[in-house]
Amino acid sequence: MQLQLSAEDEKFRDEMRTFFTTEVSEEIRTTVAEGRELTKEQIVESQQTLNKAGLAVPHWPEEYGGRGWSDLQRHIWNEEMQAACVPIPLAFNASMIGPVLAQFGSKEQKDEFLPKTANLDIWWSQGFSEPDAGSDLAGLRTTAVKDGDDYIVNGQKTWTTLGQYGDWIFTLVRTDPEVKKQAGISMLLIDMRSEGLEVRPIELIDGGHEVNEVWFTDVRVPAKNLVGEENSGWTQAKFLLGNERVGVAPVGSTKRVLARAKELGAALVKDDPLLRARIIELENELLALELTALRVVAHSEGGEPHPASSVLKLKGTELQQAVSELVVDLGGPDTLASGEAGDTESWYRRSTPTYLNLRKASIYGGSNEVQRQIISRTILGL
Amino acid sequence: MDFTYDDEQDALRDAVRGLIGKAYGDYEKRRQTTKEDPGFDEKVWTQLAEMGLLGLPFSEEDGGVGAGPVEIGIVCQELGRVIAPEPYLSSVVLAGGLVSAVGTPEQRQEILGALSSGESVLAFAHAEPGSRWSDSASAVTASQDGDSWTVSGTKDPVLHGARADVLIVSAALSDGGTGLFVVQGTDVADEGRTGFATYDGGRAARVTFDATAATPLGTAGADVTASIAIVHDITRIMAANQSLGAMETLLAQTTDYLKSRKQFGVTLNTFQALTFRAADMYTSQELTHSLVDWATMVVAAGKPEEVADAAARVGLQVSRGGRHVGQEAIQLHGGIGMTAEYSVGMYTAHLTALDHLLGDAGRHLRVLDATLDEHGVIDPLDRS
Repeated sequence: MQLQLSAEDEKFRDEMRTFFTTEVSEEIRTTVAEGRELTKEQIVESQQTLNKAGLAVPHWPEEYGGRGWSDLQRHIWNEEMQAACVPIPLAFNASMIGPVLAQFGSKEQKDEFLPKTANLDIWWSQGFSEPDAGSDLAGLRTTAVKDGDDYIVNGQKTWTTLGQYGDWIFTLVRTDPEVKKQAGISMLLIDMRSEGLEVRPIELIDGGHEVNEVWFTDVRVPAKNLVGEENSGWTQAKFLLGNERVGVAPVGSTKRVLARAKELGAALVKDDPLLRARIIELENELLALELTALRVVAHSEGGEPHPASSVLKLKGTELQQAVSELVVDLGGPDTLASGEAGDTESWYRRSTPTYLNLRKASIYGGSNEVQRQIISRTILGL
Repeated sequence: MDFTYDDEQDALRDAVRGLIGKAYGDYEKRRQTTKEDPGFDEKVWTQLAEMGLLGLPFSEEDGGVGAGPVEIGIVCQELGRVIAPEPYLSSVVLAGGLVSAVGTPEQRQEILGALSSGESVLAFAHAEPGSRWSDSASAVTASQDGDSWTVSGTKDPVLHGARADVLIVSAALSDGGTGLFVVQGTDVADEGRTGFATYDGGRAARVTFDATAATPLGTAGADVTASIAIVHDITRIMAANQSLGAMETLLAQTTDYLKSRKQFGVTLNTFQALTFRAADMYTSQELTHSLVDWATMVVAAGKPEEVADAAARVGLQVSRGGRHVGQEAIQLHGGIGMTAEYSVGMYTAHLTALDHLLGDAGRHLRVLDATLDEHGVIDPLDRS
């Protein structure tokens, strides 16, 4: 038991902190600090800055840009990045399809896609959820039927985040309707410019356009774009959803937002014991969460994830939401105004849309009810 | 940074678990033991001494073992796991901790030597009616006459104050400040010590001193409020270790019960309304575990001003988490959880006692309130 970082990790942290606070565009970091929306160009620029320095995909195999870091180093990388208001590398590329292709892809697929994926030259979208397949993902119905050297894809995906920017979409499709539902699924890589593919926006409760429907009508996909074997898609999907131990809970960014809320609301917070108690409780729970994340990374070197990792998503999203709620309450009646006023003082105008938007956090990535199910079944054996 | 025990610490845990598990693994034994005074098993206390556990925190010169906070935390967790009634926290960690912090070399050798060997049980007579976790004394006062000192006034509650061979007594000094004094149990009039059972099967006493002979602990007349505060904080963190052990048992017993108890022809774990609540108990337990490990390591890193903060933080979490797990354990058990014969109710009572021993969530919030404006983000790794 030892609280201090090793000298090596301490040095590593300093390097990360220096890089993130000096090499990533100030304008981008200010945008994140103020809670404003990033443009596609800013997200790409930021990831390319990281990638050039070997900091975009450190967890990938080393031949494709990975760094062979320990889980603790990855944790430090992730936390320092969030603390410095640097946008984390696009999850669809860096955390989802990249590791899947590195693990299951053909040599051709790896060479073709991985460098561009790391550098965000290709923007990936995720084609998993369907109108009738949410938490019950294996119930998906989008079909792919072999036709010569191609698959013909028909169906509909939904909740495709930032699909309006997508170049390619990794898509779970049903290739065998006769077998048990998990056994008939495949993963296809689909060019979003393909004929018959249409992206339709969904307007959300925060007034924004973050997610989309993606419709497939007789979309022709070359069979070489199948990942792994036909009907092995469930294995890849489980790998994609379950291989993450680092960065499961958005600790760094939630801490940063809470600290900023304290700063912005200082005049109000100063003399209000109820607000102060609420902030102290949130700070303490975030501390407990961060320490749990550290326990998880410290325990999971090269092995199975620590059982407590399931707590991270559950508690991490709850706290993210609770902090966003605090910000709205600090703004009070001023928050009724909406839309950008174009100045840094108008944080309260963004507070309620952010609060509403973050209701998603306990729904996506395995809803918090699914997390409770995992805890009670897998950990408690109930 | 490392959250794991080394081999020796694992061995210590196994040894303590072996001994304590044998004594109280069967809850009925704890129940019978606490029915009669002194409320704990003197034989078990001797075994703890023989294993070196009573001298664990103290230096070898003082007759102890010289182990660190992590080791003490391990012992406290194991005691908490079976809610062992032995006065480890109050006698060794708290009263012994004060002697170790404040006593002269001779006092340390004599008092801690006897404590470590199991010959003598210590009690810290500090709380005064209405004093609510103060680090100083006010109603009990010290008087000096030449080289001799006496103390007068009432302390209540004093954990194991009726059984204790030696009392470490805090008293207001005439020049201001709080001093500590050693009072032999035999010097307190019998009618001055009224022992009683606490609701969790423990023992405490109301102790009234009436110009009772007292020896200054450490330098005579020195204000040791700061030392009391530090030892209080360390005890809070060790109490949190003890609470964590109790919480882990509560959750384990609750999951076992959900898997075995049948209603409507099926086991209770068939009902998602119940299993989800158990999942939330697990979340509380794990968040508590993380803060307990961290606070224990903060003590090991040895910076008093950070120990106070860590004690309040872990205390706040344990207060919230302990109440949650205790209340849910009883609810998920249903009627059986209400009975004295079954353990979960007593575990919850014990968690409640620990929660109020040295400060509840309200106290910890007030402590943390004082520094709220001094930091931006909290960085747990920046502390050592």
